[in-house]
Amino acid sequence: MDTINVNSAEDVAEVIRWAAADEEALELVGGGTKRGLGHIATGDGAPHQLNLSALSGIALYEPEELVVSARPGTTVIALEQALATEGQRLAFEPPDWGPLYGQPIGASTIGGIVGCNLSGPRRLIAGAVRDHVLGLSCVSGRGEEFKCGGRVVKNVTGYDLCKVLTGSYGTLAAITEVTLRVVPAPARTSTVMVSDLDDAQGIAVLATALSGKSEISAAAHIPADVENGCEQSLTAMRLEGPGPSVEERLNMLGTSHPLEGLKMTILDDEESGQFWRETRNVVAFANNQNCTLWRLSVPPSQGPAVTARISQKVNARWFYDWGGGLIWLEVPEDLSDGGAVLIRDAVAEFGGHATLVRGAEQIKANFPIFQPQPSALSNLSNHIKKAFDPNGILNPNRMARDG
Amino acid sequence: MLSRVFRLAENRYSIRMQMPKPEPEILAQRESFIRILRKIVPGEGVISSQEELRAYECDGLTAYRQRPLAVVLPADTNQVSEVLRACSECGVKIVPRGAGTSLSGGALPLEDGIVLALGKFNRILEIDYDNRIAVVQSGVTNLRISDTIAPQGFYYAPDPSSQIACTIGGNVAENSGGVHCLKYGLTTNNILGLEMVLMNGNIVRLGGRHLDAEGYDIMGLVTGSEGLLGVITEVTVRILPRPETARALLLGFPSNESAGNCVARIIGAGITPAGLEMMDKPAADAAEAFCHPGYPDNAQAVLIVELDGVKAEVDHLIGEVEDIAVEAGATSVRTSGNEEERLRFWAGRKAAFPAVGRISPDYFCMDGTIPRGRLAEVLARIATMSNQFGLRVANVFHAGDGNLHPLILYDANVPGELENAEKFGAEVLKLCVEVGGVLTGEHGVGVEKRDLMGVMFDEDDLKHQQRVKCAFDPAGRLNPGKVFPVLHRCAELGRMHVHRGQVPFPHLPHF
Repeated sequence: MDTINVNSAEDVAEVIRWAAADEEALELVGGGTKRGLGHIATGDGAPHQLNLSALSGIALYEPEELVVSARPGTTVIALEQALATEGQRLAFEPPDWGPLYGQPIGASTIGGIVGCNLSGPRRLIAGAVRDHVLGLSCVSGRGEEFKCGGRVVKNVTGYDLCKVLTGSYGTLAAITEVTLRVVPAPARTSTVMVSDLDDAQGIAVLATALSGKSEISAAAHIPADVENGCEQSLTAMRLEGPGPSVEERLNMLGTSHPLEGLKMTILDDEESGQFWRETRNVVAFANNQNCTLWRLSVPPSQGPAVTARISQKVNARWFYDWGGGLIWLEVPEDLSDGGAVLIRDAVAEFGGHATLVRGAEQIKANFPIFQPQPSALSNLSNHIKKAFDPNGILNPNRMARDG
Repeated sequence: MLSRVFRLAENRYSIRMQMPKPEPEILAQRESFIRILRKIVPGEGVISSQEELRAYECDGLTAYRQRPLAVVLPADTNQVSEVLRACSECGVKIVPRGAGTSLSGGALPLEDGIVLALGKFNRILEIDYDNRIAVVQSGVTNLRISDTIAPQGFYYAPDPSSQIACTIGGNVAENSGGVHCLKYGLTTNNILGLEMVLMNGNIVRLGGRHLDAEGYDIMGLVTGSEGLLGVITEVTVRILPRPETARALLLGFPSNESAGNCVARIIGAGITPAGLEMMDKPAADAAEAFCHPGYPDNAQAVLIVELDGVKAEVDHLIGEVEDIAVEAGATSVRTSGNEEERLRFWAGRKAAFPAVGRISPDYFCMDGTIPRGRLAEVLARIATMSNQFGLRVANVFHAGDGNLHPLILYDANVPGELENAEKFGAEVLKLCVEVGGVLTGEHGVGVEKRDLMGVMFDEDDLKHQQRVKCAFDPAGRLNPGKVFPVLHRCAELGRMHVHRGQVPFPHLPHF
């Protein structure tokens, strides 16, 4: 395996044209922090690495237009720092999963975040990465440069290819520039913490709060003993906005059902920031590299039922984000299937999907990492793959072993 | 008003948009194919008399009309699937249709194709407040969703101006917007799941009640695909708790520049209004004459800024916007003191199109989006073009998200004026693209802007879109003639042109 470094869209096109002609597989890499996510890209032999990390930097930033364009190798940290100088940020709160795979924090690139469509706690109200990608410049598996979308929010001109490319794990095209919508950062952030609720109570509290008028921007429930040294569960709700607004909403939340009378702790900006950073980066499960780790997306109210079903059979630890709709779940390393059968059955019953985020190589080699799709849908996905990458050279088999 | 719309349609009847050539063998098989359809959809579900077909000959873009081969009104998803399979087998084209409110001709029939109308898909299947979603059939109207959940304090955010009539399935097909997009997003940002029938008859379910579907984001790809990729039968939408309160400001400015500057300053101050609308003097004057909302007399431009949320937030932000407006040179600042006043501010804006209809025999409504900061420049250039073409123009603008609706006024009874207005419109859209914007913000490409796609996309861009079409519908039977100016055959698009034996990029560093 060799690594090919590129620093322009023309280089990317040239490499892919060559690979397409010779039917050589390419593994697309940015910061390399998420190489452990998904199946290992495999061609006939070991793929060549197409390293996009040098194709970096902010190409355009117009704060008053709420738009930024960056090349894929730009680190998320560098991008967020640039936005912060103008009092802005990315609404989807990109997580850094590097430490989950034994990689350093801070190396994650915007190309990787867009490629995997990874969003943090604010996804609950602000949408995912895919909701904030306004435009992309890419090179498809044909070695042809193309663009889609634009730089304005309201745009229905032609197919929204940005959607299908975001979250395609580099299997359709290499991104050479991404244009994102940005949002103003709030003047104040506070988090309301309630402790000692069980899962069902915690998720019910979050559901009631999310259906009220206090505009919660993140909602998590961390059962007891998941966080280090935390013997009681934590149910957390974040409020963001202008100072007077946060003040009134804190008051509104605390004095109405179901929080009225419960003991609450209020975290200020800094503590709140740390709590949600740790939640989005899954710090609770980052250290034990041996355990098998799953990420489940389910209807929020079903979260406790899903974990109850799983924990009847195996010894699991978990926590909830997205009001109960996102479950991070760790199972012991000695399960030969990594819990795949049990977890996928539970998800099938309640709706949603499960991703094997981290597990032993023999588990990842033998079980689908992403939720298997019904045949009509997987056939359609294969047709889409072929439309962009007819020779199957871009990250082959990364999402499913046959596509 | 109605007679005017009709006259507009009749006058423009002679204009022909080049559509795919009808296939004689399909036209010859009409009777036998209608019998096949009647077996699938019994009773009144197949419309074939010329008189009844007339009701389907156009959508909201009345300039183009065509009676279809037949209209089919399936009653359930299995019937949709069987109809599509029969059409695939017989090579018959299909034009899906919701309420037929498209402003870009998305539901314009084809002579040798059926119209597949989803009118019977009108049931709200489930409202799940715990998960804050509603599951509805695709023919349910947009406003009915919000009306149904209003007693529980919820609403569905996207609110296109046709929301009384337009269907949620049509909203998905067109990725519809509305006046609250800046804060709450378009249709694509407010749906979680779809049931869709593919051209081969396969029924697929995308997403569900959970966030972020697994695999490729096919739901995102289908949203806004203008009925070219599949037939949507069911939609799962996100529903939101209605904000505690909403207040609006009505601002008058001495120039388009100062109004545009005010918009930039509001956004620059980190404020995201629920609505931020602008009207230039001709549009505001027409609205004032039509329904007397009390717009400032001497203003060259009027802004409506709406803030929503909890009361403390709204009051706080209203104060900030008032200060910004004064700094930006507003000559008139009024703040709604009650709901009645807020609705009065909006009444003029909402009536802007019919109001302009009163001051001109005919008008074209354009729909480009531009970066907000280029507003004053674009309006100045539109004014110059207005002089060049000798046609008046009134501008209505979703200023918050840069979506511009210039209304080009003309009289179709004056020879040449219609063609002139069309040329003017095309120049406006080219200008939008030139300054970094797009051809259409919310009305869709359809047939109306199809031939301008090349202004925004080059050949490779368009081919990548068309290959997606081939992945869903290799025979090109679903709504052909829309969106793409040139129809390539899928086999031709699929071909790879490769040059083997190159030395692999010697100038690039390898490790």
